[in-house]
Amino acid sequence: AALNDGLRSQVSAALKEGRVSPTELCQRCLALIKSTKFLNAYITVVEETALKQAEESEERYKRGQPLGILDGVPITVKDNFNTAGIETTCASNMLKGYISPYNATVVQKLLDQGAVLLGKTNLDEFAMGSGSTDGVFGPVRNPWSYSKQYKEKSVPKSHSEDEESNWVITGGSSGGSAAAVSSFTCFAALGSDTGGSTRNPAAHCGVVGLKPTYGLISRHGLIPLVNSMDVPGILTRCVDDAAVLLGSLAGHDPKDSTTIQDDFKPFELPNLTDVSKLSIGIPKEYHAPGLSSEILALWSKAADLFKNAGAKVVEVSLPHTRYSIVCYHVLCTAEVASNMARFDGLEYGHRSDMKDSTESMYAATRREGFNDVVRGRILSGNYFLLKQNYEKYFVKAQKVRRLIANDFVKVFRSGVDILLTPTTLSDAAPYTEFIQEDNRTRSAQDDILTQAANMAGLPAINVPTALSERGLPVGLQFIGRSFQEKQLLTVAKWFEKQVQFPMIQLEEVKRHDSDVFQHQKSASFS
Amino acid sequence: LAPWVPVVGLEIHAQISSNSKLFSGSQVQFAAPPNSLVSFFDASLPGTLPVLNRRCVEAAVMTGLALNCSINKKSLFDRKHYFYADLPAGYQITQQRVPIAVNGSLSYSLCIDSKMSQMVTKTVRIKQIQLEQDSGKSLHDDTRSQTLVDLNRAGVGLMEVVMEPDMCCGEEAAAAVRELQLILQTLGSSQAVMAEGQLRVDANVSVHHPGEPYGVRTEVKNINSIRFLAKAIDYEIQRQIEELENGGTILNETRAFDSKLGCTVPMRDKEGKQDYRFMPEPNLPPLILYDAKSLPANMNHQQVINIDWIHERLPDLPSVKRKKLVEQYGILPEHSFTLLNEDGLAEFFENVLKRTQMKPKRVIGWILNDLLSYLKQHSLPVKDSPVSSFLLADLLNLLEKKEISSTAAKQVLAELWKGEGKTPLEIVKEQKLELLQDQKELEQICQAVIDGQENEVIMMVLG
Repeated sequence: AALNDGLRSQVSAALKEGRVSPTELCQRCLALIKSTKFLNAYITVVEETALKQAEESEERYKRGQPLGILDGVPITVKDNFNTAGIETTCASNMLKGYISPYNATVVQKLLDQGAVLLGKTNLDEFAMGSGSTDGVFGPVRNPWSYSKQYKEKSVPKSHSEDEESNWVITGGSSGGSAAAVSSFTCFAALGSDTGGSTRNPAAHCGVVGLKPTYGLISRHGLIPLVNSMDVPGILTRCVDDAAVLLGSLAGHDPKDSTTIQDDFKPFELPNLTDVSKLSIGIPKEYHAPGLSSEILALWSKAADLFKNAGAKVVEVSLPHTRYSIVCYHVLCTAEVASNMARFDGLEYGHRSDMKDSTESMYAATRREGFNDVVRGRILSGNYFLLKQNYEKYFVKAQKVRRLIANDFVKVFRSGVDILLTPTTLSDAAPYTEFIQEDNRTRSAQDDILTQAANMAGLPAINVPTALSERGLPVGLQFIGRSFQEKQLLTVAKWFEKQVQFPMIQLEEVKRHDSDVFQHQKSASFS
Repeated sequence: LAPWVPVVGLEIHAQISSNSKLFSGSQVQFAAPPNSLVSFFDASLPGTLPVLNRRCVEAAVMTGLALNCSINKKSLFDRKHYFYADLPAGYQITQQRVPIAVNGSLSYSLCIDSKMSQMVTKTVRIKQIQLEQDSGKSLHDDTRSQTLVDLNRAGVGLMEVVMEPDMCCGEEAAAAVRELQLILQTLGSSQAVMAEGQLRVDANVSVHHPGEPYGVRTEVKNINSIRFLAKAIDYEIQRQIEELENGGTILNETRAFDSKLGCTVPMRDKEGKQDYRFMPEPNLPPLILYDAKSLPANMNHQQVINIDWIHERLPDLPSVKRKKLVEQYGILPEHSFTLLNEDGLAEFFENVLKRTQMKPKRVIGWILNDLLSYLKQHSLPVKDSPVSSFLLADLLNLLEKKEISSTAAKQVLAELWKGEGKTPLEIVKEQKLELLQDQKELEQICQAVIDGQENEVIMMVLG
């Protein structure tokens, strides 16, 4: 089996038939992690426990009793998910060295099905950011920076310039997870998505990024950014794999009162051939300022693809889209101010040496433990929550949020099944360029196409579509109805098949895994 | 001098009697080793979420119904933010916008005079009852400049009962709180023992002249018993009157009651004007309660709370119990108050009645005058009485059958009180306290007395 195999179709079969063993898979991934260390995708790698889990999986396969499709499959998890006995940092000084005593529900579910946890991936501190550049362990590098496709297209500006300064960002905040999946060091990864944090890096790293409906997957153990918008995100290399992961994670959790009670039935995705009954909506407001002409063209081409295949493609309007960034800013910072109040240095995490008084200890601890971005959001949030401001800002934003959500309800009620939009405004920016603007500015710019789905709690998925002129991935986004993941993923799978997104050509991977290139897709969409 | 009208309102926190905490599964237990009852959620470990405890909701509904409140079929949870060592999350989960119960009332009775012979009934309006988390405990160790934090209590469920400022003095407040305590104990929704911190009362006190708007109020905290509650309130009323009559002003402040000095003092730990930055609790959906009418047919009844079902199963409240005692046994209303006021006394009384032919109106005297005064003298609760209801019933039977006199009975009781295991009959025989019924024997004794006192008899006959 190759590192780029689909889980259900190939890996599972290979493991069952003994063509590859879990320990082999694990070792290959671990070796690749080592040789791609420069990507800085991982904060923690748990080699020993991973190999142990792999061995246990191997025993089960030998007995002919695998736990399921995920048994023996190497996966990674964003470092804002609690993992028992493993450092959980949120890429913050506040939690450096914090060993969590429990597993997040989603982590537990993966482990219960025999998945092999390789480590914890890098992110923006406390998931605040759209670049995965603002964590204490440094920025994550997009694997595509080192791809043949990108290097071919990039013209060095001077002799002294090399790929060191030319590397592009992964997007964020789940950049580490996206990079890990993109560079084949794992088969799937968990991210989180509050305003686009799974879909954005998925688009920039050329992988599938699924944001499930709010309430479908448990948040117990996910260190929250915005409780009313956060969801665990799924990053995989193909839509089928996302469906597998979804099936293993979704369902009511008594520990999370915001999960729905209804039974969830895992599903296999049908191979859609006839799209004539489908109605695809193109929201005109998503032709946002700053949208690159490249992506605009790609979006248009995708719409035509559906039309030519017989689907109904209509322009629709989500009129309150332009208020969503400001609305998000108010609600997000308010919840951040609240959620971060627990980090006082008393019970766990960083505690300052300042001993003059409890108050001074709190202040010093929080100043030392949080970066500028986190502190900035706390200050904003507390401002909006002040008694004299609450009605004007927080309540107003709640009302606007309702309007944004209603926009979607109206559109879906009018007969549209799925919305098709760009995921990002452009392909991944070089790091040196990205950091010219501050985190808040970047987040405001980059979240615009993704964050309304979080406001409305809707499922959305990024599907890698084509390479840009610079040789970097560009993805498109599908947004579906609440809890209609099956329909959403079915359409996404159809689209994925049409566009035949090319595989990344990474020297490191080639060295480790020549099988990988057996399945290389030659046809591409752009 | 123009008269002053004191105005007293109360904020009462009652710890819910439940096995586990309001939002987590850790146990609720008094005086456990420090930090031994703390779940990950209680310690505010990142990523943990609140899960509402059904029993706590039921306790609040029961209490709301017993206090004649409207139960809100939809209530909401909020976060109240402030930093303190005993509040790990930096916020308390409470119900600020829409609490679980509103607009109730509590009737209580007071004695007009000190002889407990005339009682008057008053009512205080209940503004609301809300569910909220208790905080942990912090102890300040000044010698070592440190604060010790125990989170055992953090997250225990509380019912905050807000009583409108319908009371006028310490006595009324004390009576109202006493009645609330009895109600809570009868319902079982809280054990309401003030000494164990299960019932905490803060008083809001102000004074004004009749016809004028209410004065500035102060909040009085740190009151550890019902007796101190009355004292603290009365002191504060006096203090405010004196202050105002001397041309001073009252600050809207929080004061602590110093039980040793018997006065209120400004609290050193002044929070100043705190902005709690209330925000909806995003991890808890609105709490929906049903009644028989609104209950959906296919709903799993384990997943829902039916207000009517709870209402049907409410035990007799103290006021009802008292009425029944008065009607059934013909005792006075004030007797019924005393019976219910002492834990176990009403049961004791009824147990004695079961075993004796003596009329209740007569038995009650022995219970309230004799037994109770012994208990009070020795600071014993009814359950620790050396004289059981059996023994007292036996004694009263001897009296009823006229085998001993009333005086003798009191002597026997004193002996029984020593708890040496003797029965009343044994004591009577030992001390030769039997009443003589035989006419002839009596005549002989009387004759003997007269014979022995000849001179006195002659004096009496002569007038």
